Formats: sequence, C-alpha cells, structure tokens
Amino acid sequence: MSAYIVRRLAWLPVILFVVSFSTFTIARFGPGDPVSVAAGQIRDPEVLERIRVERGLDRPIPVQYIKWLTNAVQGDLGESYLQQGFSVSELIFPRMWISAQLGFVALVIVFAIGIPLGLIAARFSGTWIDPMIIGTLLFLQAIPVLVLIPPLIWLFALQLNWLPVGGWDGIFDVWWIGGVIAVPIPDPHLYIPLIAFTLPGFVGVARLVRVSALEVNLSDYVRTARAKGLSEAAVQFRHILPNSLLPLITVVGFALASIIEGALFVETLLGINGIGRFLFEAVTSRDYDVILAATVIFSTVFVVTNLLAELCYGLVDPRVRIGSTRR
Amino acid sequence: MTTATPAPAPAEVRGTPVLEGESQWQIVWRRLRRKKLAMASLALIIVIYGAGIAAPLLAPYSYREINLDRSLEGPSAQHLLGTDRLGRDMLSRTMYSARTTLIVTTAVVLSGSLLIGNVLGLLAGYRGGWLDTLVMRVGEIFSGLPALIMLILINVSLGPRVTDAMRWIEDHTFITGLVASGFASYMLVFSTLSLFFWVGTARIIRAQVLALRETDFVLAAEAMGASPWRVITRHLLPNVSFLIILSISSTLGGIAGSEIFLTWFGVGVQPPAASFGAMLFEGSGARTFQAHPHLLLIPGTVVTMLLFAFNLLGDALNDAVRGR
Repeated sequence: MSAYIVRRLAWLPVILFVVSFSTFTIARFGPGDPVSVAAGQIRDPEVLERIRVERGLDRPIPVQYIKWLTNAVQGDLGESYLQQGFSVSELIFPRMWISAQLGFVALVIVFAIGIPLGLIAARFSGTWIDPMIIGTLLFLQAIPVLVLIPPLIWLFALQLNWLPVGGWDGIFDVWWIGGVIAVPIPDPHLYIPLIAFTLPGFVGVARLVRVSALEVNLSDYVRTARAKGLSEAAVQFRHILPNSLLPLITVVGFALASIIEGALFVETLLGINGIGRFLFEAVTSRDYDVILAATVIFSTVFVVTNLLAELCYGLVDPRVRIGSTRR
Repeated sequence: MTTATPAPAPAEVRGTPVLEGESQWQIVWRRLRRKKLAMASLALIIVIYGAGIAAPLLAPYSYREINLDRSLEGPSAQHLLGTDRLGRDMLSRTMYSARTTLIVTTAVVLSGSLLIGNVLGLLAGYRGGWLDTLVMRVGEIFSGLPALIMLILINVSLGPRVTDAMRWIEDHTFITGLVASGFASYMLVFSTLSLFFWVGTARIIRAQVLALRETDFVLAAEAMGASPWRVITRHLLPNVSFLIILSISSTLGGIAGSEIFLTWFGVGVQPPAASFGAMLFEGSGARTFQAHPHLLLIPGTVVTMLLFAFNLLGDALNDAVRGR
C-alpha cells in the first residue's frame, strides 16, 4: 500500500515540473515583452537593455525558469501589468480564496443533490421516472454556462428583482432574530453562480450512483436483507446507499475539474472577483505574468485534486491498485 | 494463407442474437436504429452539419455583410432570425457558425483521434516497452492538465506568432488571404485542440491491443512472419475500429464545446469568421439579453441541441456496441 502511495506521490513533482515549465516557456513566447512592461513609458534602448540584463531576461529560458520557480515557491509571482504597483501574489491570493469558497460550496451541492437523484432513478428503474431524471440531467449538462447565465440574471435580477445582478459578498449573511440570535443564511449573491456551477454537474454523479446502486441491488447481501424482512427504507439507506457511494470518489476529480474550468466563465459573466475572472481580464489585456501565474495555480490545484481523489480511491478500494500496477 | 484470419467478434459485440452473414457494423447499426432518441439526435446533427456544409449555397446573406441601418432587428421577412449589433443576418451567421463547428470537429477528430490517438495507441499497445511507457506517461500528463486553461494559455501566447508566420507566408509566396480568411486562427484552434484530444482514444485502443496481442490469430500471423506493419493494419486495426468510433463519438461534444469556449474567451476563431462562441459573447450581457434576447437564444439553442445530441448519440452508440 505504502509503495503505491509513494509511487503516486513521486509522480506529482514530475507533472508539476512539466506543467510549470511548459507554461513558462509558452508564456515567454507570447508577444508581451516583460521588459517594456517594466520600463513603462521609457523607450530608450539602453535602458531597456539594462533592465533586460538586470532581470536576467537575456539568459536562456531554462535559467529564467529556475529563477522564476525559485521566486514562485517563495510567493513572488512577478508583477501585474494591468494593475501597476501590485505584485501578482497580492492580487491573486484574495481572488483564489473567493473562488475556492464558491467552488467548494458548488461541489458539496453537486453531490448533495446528485446522489439522491441517482438513488431515486435506480429505485424506479424500469419505470418512466428513471429515464426522465437522467434525461433531464443530461439536457441540463448540455446547456453551456455561457447560454445559461444571461437568462438567469435577466429572470432573477432584472425581472423579479429577487437577487443581485452579480458580484460577491461572502458565503453567509447573518440574519438577526429579534436582534439577539444570529442565524447564518446564504448570501443572495450566491444563488446564480451556484445554479450555473451545479446544473451541468448533477448528471455525472447521479448516473454513477444509479449504475452502482443497480449493481448493489442485485448483490446477495441486499437480497438477504430483503428476505429477512427489512423495510424498504432500511434496505435503501443501510445497505444500498453506503455501498453505491464508493465509485463517487473517482468523480470528485471530474466534478472539481468542471467547476474549475467553469469558474472562468461563471465568474466573468457574473462579475465575481475570483481567479477565473482575473484570468479572463489578464487574457484580454495580455497581462502575461498574471496569465502564467494563474495557469500554474489552476493546473496545480487540478493535478493535486486528481491525485488525492485517486489516492482516496486506492485507500478505500484495494482492488484499484491491481489495475495500476504496470504490466 | 495470406488473408487475415477472420477475427473472433470482440466480447463487446456479443449479447444480442447475431443474424447469419451479418457484419459487426450491421449488428451495431441494427441495434442503434431501434433507439428513437439516438436516431433523432443523429438527424439533428446531420441537419446542423448539413446547414454548415451548405452555408455558402443556402445562407441568404454573407456572414460578414454589415448593414448598420438594420442593426439589432428582430425576426422579419428579410432576416428570418433577425440581425445582430452590426446588422449582420443572424440566420447566415448561425449557418456559418455551424460550418466552423463542423470544420473544427472534423479536423480535430481526423488528426487527434484518428491519426495521433490511433497510431500511438496501436504502437504503444503492440510494441510495448519504452514506447508504451513514454506514450502513456505523456498521455497521463496531458490528461492531468486543465485542458481549457492550457488551451487558453497556448492560444493567447502563440496566436500572434502564428498570425505573424502566416503573414510571412503571404508576403513571400503567392498564397494570399490566410489571415484575412481566419485560416490562421482555425489552424491554431485545431492544432491545439488535437494536442489534448488524442489521449482518450490512445488509451482505449492500447488497452484493447494489449489483449489482442495475445490472441491466437495475431500469434499465428507473427509466426508466419507477418511484418509489424501488416499485423497492425490487417489484424489489429479492424478489431479496434469499433473503439475508435466510440471514442470519437464521446469526444465530439467536448471538441465542439472547447472551440466555442475558446472563441468566447477571445482566443479561438478570430472575427470576422463566424463562431457560436463569438455569437454567444455578443449576446451575453444581461441588459443585452433583456433588450435583444434573440442574440443569445438563437446560437444558444442550436449549441445546446447540438451538444445534447452528441451526448445522446454517444451513449446510444456505446450501448449498441456493448450489446444493449
């Protein structure tokens, strides 16, 4: 077991190296010249050359990369061109925190709603309810967030005036009952992004739970449970539910991936100051240090989560490791 | 005996009764035809792709014909689906966007799935050894990356370089119109997408080839001195063709979606070329949507239906091949 974990963990730095190095190289190929960014209005070739040497930009790319990496692991990710005077880290980390909160809540909701839907579909397998649930969820998955969000804003914010048009104000608001008891309630800014994040995600979770519940349903221990006269509810909750959840660990990675990529569009359309919108602004203004930093951070989060999901699955179900041993 | 040994039907094709003299493809087609949703999806895809193919013939206007006097109109007799902010005909733009989707998905499927994924999967599975390790590790790295974000980075960095290169070609050869026609951005989008859409195919095919490599008919062919090329093309390829179709049908939606997202982000197909991504972007403001919903709803409906049809067809095909 430990050998398996060690082997998977040893793979992590390799991927991170490949990701950051290729990202760095590609970004350096971009047309934005970091020297002229640093020089601002100055266009004197001598000054430009001095800055180039000072910053080590005349060195080969691998040398530059090592320097960038050394700085990056110490928290220095370069300077923003768009918002001069701010370092990339100063700008990026508060936004990451916002995105992380939003993404986490979305992930929880995808599972909290997807699992019961999958179980219901499996329970009513063979009737019209099963295909209806899965079909509806499949359709919801097919609607791109780009198409979904403007009508949502129009309906809930402009027509009904129930929710704010966009922005971000934390997860919880405090609601005072009689000025004494504080009750946390979800912030109204939260609803539209959560709908956009979660609607496409339900189907993956629900289908997996459905298939695995149908499989469990045929197993001997479920038949025994029914045969000894357990109520249907007890069979569903004590036997089928826990055993159908196992494969879900594999989709945590997928679900998170779609949330991370969705953040680019959801945050941009809703004016949420997260890392997705930050990347959008950086891309539209060709702010290369920011693009580089955001891509590396996005990829790192992505790679680490996938690895964790895989490790968890290996821990929970020892059979998985057999498949991973190389021929 | 130089002809290929008749291959046993792969396990996936067993399941429903097989009629005498029926090929694997006929069995799958027969099963697929019974699924009404799958047929409806197929019809929808054919209609949308057909509109893309026939766009230059059927579109009532050019996708780039600007008429500022008639901007932001609703549907009318002259413009069946209305006009956009620049007075361009929405119906024509939609048809040409379908053409863009058609071009990008076809090109990426041809190069990414059929060429790179197929060849690497076959080679890795058949030769094994360091080649197998290399291909699978590289694939693992690619699938471990957030594709969309890497695509954005690559396109935003290399886009201007590619345009420069195309300009250079235009200046130094007799070829013209590469940049103006949007060819440069098409090439970039298609090659970067191919980079990320070969992994799935390669993996599936490699796994199947690993199993096929040990079968008697491959061993027999090898024992008779068949060259690796012959074994791969005559004995292995026909037996993985199902998997190729399956993996293509499951990636089509992803490819089409990626192009739309990239273009929406401003790093995909460049204007004035028409793309659903660009159309959605133009209609995406909440106030814009309130005043002119057709800007978003027309491309949005087509895209949603197309992606939905891809998903349904992919599922049904999967079921059909696996004998359900």
